[in-house]
Amino acid sequence: MTSTMTSIQHLIPEFERWKTRYPAGFEGSLTIPCLHRIQQERGYIADSDIDELVAYLGVPRTQVDEVLGFYTMFTRTPRGRHHLQVCHNASCSLRGAEGLVAHLCLKLGIRPGETTSDGAFTLTTVECLASCGTAPMMMVNEAYHENLTPATVDALLEELAR
Amino acid sequence: MTLPYQVGSGTKFFMNFPVTERSHTLEAYRARGGYKALTRVLQEGMQPTDVTKEVSASGILGHGGAAFPAGRKWGVIKLNDGEPHYVCMNADEGEPGTFKDRWLLEHVPHMCLEGLIIASYALMGRHGFIYIRGEFDLAYRRMRDAIEEAYAAGLLGENIMGSGYSLDVVLYQGAGSYVCGEASAMLASLEGKKGWPRNRPPRLTVKGLYQKPTVVNNVETLANVPVIIGQGVEVFRAVGTPKSPGTQMISISGHIARPGVYEVEYGYSWEKFLYEDCGGMQGGKALKCVIPGGVSTKILNADELKGVTLDHNSALAAGSQLGSGGMIAIAEGTCMVRLARVIQRFYHHESCGQCTPCREGMGWMERVLDRIVRGQGRPEDIDRLYYISNANDGTTICSLGDSAGYAVTAILDHYREEFEYYVKNGRSMFDGQLTVEDPFAESLATWHALNPGQLSPTLAAGGHHG
Repeated sequence: MTSTMTSIQHLIPEFERWKTRYPAGFEGSLTIPCLHRIQQERGYIADSDIDELVAYLGVPRTQVDEVLGFYTMFTRTPRGRHHLQVCHNASCSLRGAEGLVAHLCLKLGIRPGETTSDGAFTLTTVECLASCGTAPMMMVNEAYHENLTPATVDALLEELAR
Repeated sequence: MTLPYQVGSGTKFFMNFPVTERSHTLEAYRARGGYKALTRVLQEGMQPTDVTKEVSASGILGHGGAAFPAGRKWGVIKLNDGEPHYVCMNADEGEPGTFKDRWLLEHVPHMCLEGLIIASYALMGRHGFIYIRGEFDLAYRRMRDAIEEAYAAGLLGENIMGSGYSLDVVLYQGAGSYVCGEASAMLASLEGKKGWPRNRPPRLTVKGLYQKPTVVNNVETLANVPVIIGQGVEVFRAVGTPKSPGTQMISISGHIARPGVYEVEYGYSWEKFLYEDCGGMQGGKALKCVIPGGVSTKILNADELKGVTLDHNSALAAGSQLGSGGMIAIAEGTCMVRLARVIQRFYHHESCGQCTPCREGMGWMERVLDRIVRGQGRPEDIDRLYYISNANDGTTICSLGDSAGYAVTAILDHYREEFEYYVKNGRSMFDGQLTVEDPFAESLATWHALNPGQLSPTLAAGGHHG
């Protein structure tokens, strides 16, 4: 994540390579893959990213706005360096998801939906991540952490805080 | 981290090799006989219609949840209509309780891909798609690497195996939306749009992706295609029951002693599966009920499971469905009111907002259940839940709202007394219990001591979604 607004132009050669595997004339499909790639670099989607993507793909701006509003993985604002996403759906609740969230709230001093004041951790609760047999679990950025216990969570938080 | 490798009983089409660091690779898959089915198709003169005929003859039912015959879906594509045709693998596994496709994607990505290539050939497609949920990490990387290995080995791209047949495959990551597992919403998402389902007709096999005829098949359905084509229809049909041939990948979670993914032959005893293969319930507790195939299927209690077998007809006769094979076991002593509240939060969160009955009904049901679990329920609330559920049934484009209704009213049908008790007394008959063994019990107790009067850290008013 950077505070200075960088252009997405350096990603365009990569986007062009992706196009070769799509049927010709359907560049609009790249909206979601491009947004994923941009967010991977910047940590969120900035207004300037939308302007540049609209210009590059030739899709209506409303389409990009709708996509950003519809899908939960995209964010228009920066999150903490480590995004903790705890599943609180049925199977995880049956194996201790409530307690896991309680544990993280106590450890980090925040509630779900909040970011620690040093910008290190954002805690959110999410729906099923297809990790039901290894509950309770959470995602930390892109990685799954499963069969969690207080000891493994504490060790993980210490490692991430370093 | 990979999922645990589970051993059940009977024939295995997928879980028949030791999982190692390399067992997902092209080299390992080929050593197990992988891509022999594709070789047969492309180098032994099989015509596209021959492939579809064999898949139809196998009697394979779709593994995504609806159990629609795959051969019939393929059979409606008109091969000589001059249009491009697309096959899309539905790897947007998101039905709560379901994680079997994840196992296939992580451990047999080439088998899934071989199925997609054969299906695309059968439907004369030039482009195939894999729509994989955006959160998947290892499954995504394994499938991405499998596709690149296949390109490098001439199994994808121009002129595959010198046959003259060409296919490009796009691996497309979703971005966090349950409803995109619905086929028409998935295709909208593949077009780079918000994932709104659309009305049929026209069916997707007439106007699908980019308005062209499209077949959407579940991961497991496609992974079965190399079995059918490579080992033969007879071998496939010899397993399972006449009406549900083959095997089913079952993912089991909840209060079960040995959760994980199991491959069972259709027709296997449900109770034997639960009590022997899966080791019964956590802590030796008695079984209260199971959610049979993802939270959208109706619960069955311990009595209703007696004599039932793991196949579509038997599950239907028992009053539910095998669905996506995502089974959740629930032990005696669990508060079904709190569980219904958790389940309904999910449906409300995932309603796409397009159809009024679902957009309004999902939140309404959640609010009714929320006030019940907060001890503020009203006597008429139970009937109100049935009323909202009925108002959704068949009145929306997709079945998300219907499913929520079935899920919640099935719990009401079975455990109405728990809801009545909660409303009357303002508290749970089972102390709000959701866990049998809670590794974080101490932290939860501390949290409650610090937050008196609050129900749960995950049930704060308003919800918290990043």
